[in-house]
Amino acid sequence: MNDNGAAVLPSKTEPSRTELDSLVSLEIEQELDSAFSKMEVNNLNLYYGEFHALKDVSLSFPKNEVTALIGPSGCGKSTLLKTLNRMNDLVVGCRVDGKITLDGEDAYRDISVNDLRRRVGMVFQQPNPFPMSVYDNIAFGPRTHGIKKHADLDEIVEQSLRRAAIWDELKDRLKKSALGLSGGQQQRLCIARALAVQPEVLLLDESTSALDPISTAKIEELVSELKNDYTVIMVTHNMMQALRVSDKTAFFLLGDMVEFGNTDELFTNPVDPRTADYVSGRFG
Amino acid sequence: MMGKNDTPLELSAVGATGAAGANAVGNMPPISKYDNVSPRHNMSVRIASLVMRGVVYLGAIVATAVLLLIVGYILINGVPYITPSLFEWEYTSENVSLMPALIDTVLMAACSLIIAVPIGVGSAVYLVEYAPRGSRFVRIVRITTETLQGIPSIIYGLFGMLFFVTALHWGLSLLSGACTLAIMILPTIMRTTEEALLAVPDSYREGGFGLGAGRLRTVMRCVMPSAAPGITSGIILALGRCVGEVAALLFTAGTIAQIPNFVGQGAFAFLDSCRTLAVHMYVLASEGLHMNETYATAVVLLVVVTVLNLAANVAIKKLRKD
Repeated sequence: MNDNGAAVLPSKTEPSRTELDSLVSLEIEQELDSAFSKMEVNNLNLYYGEFHALKDVSLSFPKNEVTALIGPSGCGKSTLLKTLNRMNDLVVGCRVDGKITLDGEDAYRDISVNDLRRRVGMVFQQPNPFPMSVYDNIAFGPRTHGIKKHADLDEIVEQSLRRAAIWDELKDRLKKSALGLSGGQQQRLCIARALAVQPEVLLLDESTSALDPISTAKIEELVSELKNDYTVIMVTHNMMQALRVSDKTAFFLLGDMVEFGNTDELFTNPVDPRTADYVSGRFG
Repeated sequence: MMGKNDTPLELSAVGATGAAGANAVGNMPPISKYDNVSPRHNMSVRIASLVMRGVVYLGAIVATAVLLLIVGYILINGVPYITPSLFEWEYTSENVSLMPALIDTVLMAACSLIIAVPIGVGSAVYLVEYAPRGSRFVRIVRITTETLQGIPSIIYGLFGMLFFVTALHWGLSLLSGACTLAIMILPTIMRTTEEALLAVPDSYREGGFGLGAGRLRTVMRCVMPSAAPGITSGIILALGRCVGEVAALLFTAGTIAQIPNFVGQGAFAFLDSCRTLAVHMYVLASEGLHMNETYATAVVLLVVVTVLNLAANVAIKKLRKD
C-alpha cells in the first residue's frame, strides 16, 4: 500500500508532499496494523533447561478472530500458549527470549504479571473449578481484582454465566458446589470464570479434549460467539475442530512454526509439504 | 430396532478381527506354554491365598482385642473409683483431685498448639508453595524434620530443661513445658501439612494464577481449603502427643498439681509449675499410694482423648463438606 502511494503520488504533487503523505500513510498503516493484531510474538525462543522448546517463533494474533495452534504432541503449541499469559513463569528452568506484546505493550516488561493474566484469560485442558460454590468460583476473579459490592458481583456472575451459555443450567444452583457439575458444565463454568475478569484475550488449552462430543460442540459454538468480543487463541489436537472454529491456523512441528495463515487456505492449499502431510492425516 | 442395528456392527467387527487374526496366525504359532502348567499350580495358589487370608484376619483380630483389653481393664479398675472428691478444685494428698491436672492439660495443649501451629503450617506452606520446587534447601529441611520426628521425647525434655528452664531462667513452668512440647510436635505438624498441600492438585493453583491472583491469594483461597482436613488431622495427632506426653514435661513443667494463678499473677502465671493428666498419673502410679485413683484418672484421660478425637472428626467432616 505504502509503496503504491509513493509511486503514484510524485507525478501529481510536489516531492515534499509525497514524503509527508508517505509518512502519514505509514502511520495509518501502523495504526491499522495494531488495531487488527491484538497480540504479537516476535522472535520468541523458549528453553526448558537445555531443551529448546520454541525456535524463533513470530506471529501475530488478529483481534476478534479465533486462531488455532495445531501440531503433534510436544511441538510447542501449548508452550507458546502458556507463554502468552506467563503461566510458564511457574515452570522451573523455563527461559524466554524474544518479545510478546499485548496492544503494543511488552507483556514481560510493561505489564504486571497479575494484570497480564487478568487481560489474557486461560481455560485449561482439564476443567479445574475450585472446590467452592458455582457463585464463588465466578466471583473469585472479580474479588481478586477489587470488586467487593454484592450487587456488582451478582451482576458479573450472571453476565459471565450468560456469556458462557450456561446461566439457564446453573441459575438455580449458584450456591451448590461446582464439583458436582458434569465435565462439560465444569468446563463452561471455567470459561465463565475466565470471562468474569473482563479479559481481552482468551486462551484455550485443548479445552475440549477431556469432554464428550456434545459438550465439545457446545463449547465450539460458544467460541464462535465469543470471538465477537474477545480475541481467542486455542490449542487443539483435533484438526476438524481447528477447521470448524478458527479463522487463522498456525502449524507447529518440533518447536518450529512451519506455517501460519487463514485456516481455509492452510487446510486446503498448504504451502509446506509437512503441513500438507499433517492436515491430511499422514502423521501426527 | 436394536437387533437390526446390531447385526451389521457385529458382522463388521467379526470381519475386522478375522482379518487381523488371519494375519497373526499366518506369522506366529499359537502360545502353547500353558498346556504344561502343572495341576498343582492351582492348588498352591489356593493354599497361599487361604494362608494370607488367615494372617490378615488374625492381625485385625489381635489388634482389636488388645485395644479392647486395655480399655476394658482400665474401665473395670477405674470407673468404681470415680468420685466427686476426685474433681475437687484444690489438690490435696487426701483427695488426689485430678481437676488441676485436667485444667493444666488443656492449658498446656492449647499453649503448645498456639506456638507450634502457626510456625509448622507456615513453614510447610513456604516449603510447598513458595520455595522453588525440588530445591536443595527444601530437601534439607525435609530430612531434618523427618529426623526430628523420630527423636525420643526425653531428648526434647532434656533440651527444654537446659535451654528454657536453666538458660532462659523460666524455671519448671507452663511456659517451658509448652515451648518444649511445641518443638516436639512441630515436625509432625510440618510433615502432615506438607503432605496435605502436596495432595492438592496443581490445577487449583493454575486456576488461581490464571485469573491474575497473586501467590498469597491463590494459596489461601484455592489451595488451603482443600488441604484443611489434612492439616486438621495433623494438628489432632500433635494434640494427642501433647496430652499423652510425660517424659518431656517432667523436666520442663515440673509436677506441682496446681492451676496457674492467672487472676493473682497475670502473665507471670505462665511461669508457674503445673502437672498435666499424664504426668499426674505417672506421679500417682510411682508413689503407689493411690492406685485406684490412678485408674480413675486414666479413665478420665481416656475420655478426654476420645472426646478430642470425635470433635476433630466432626470438624474434619465439616471442612470436607464446605
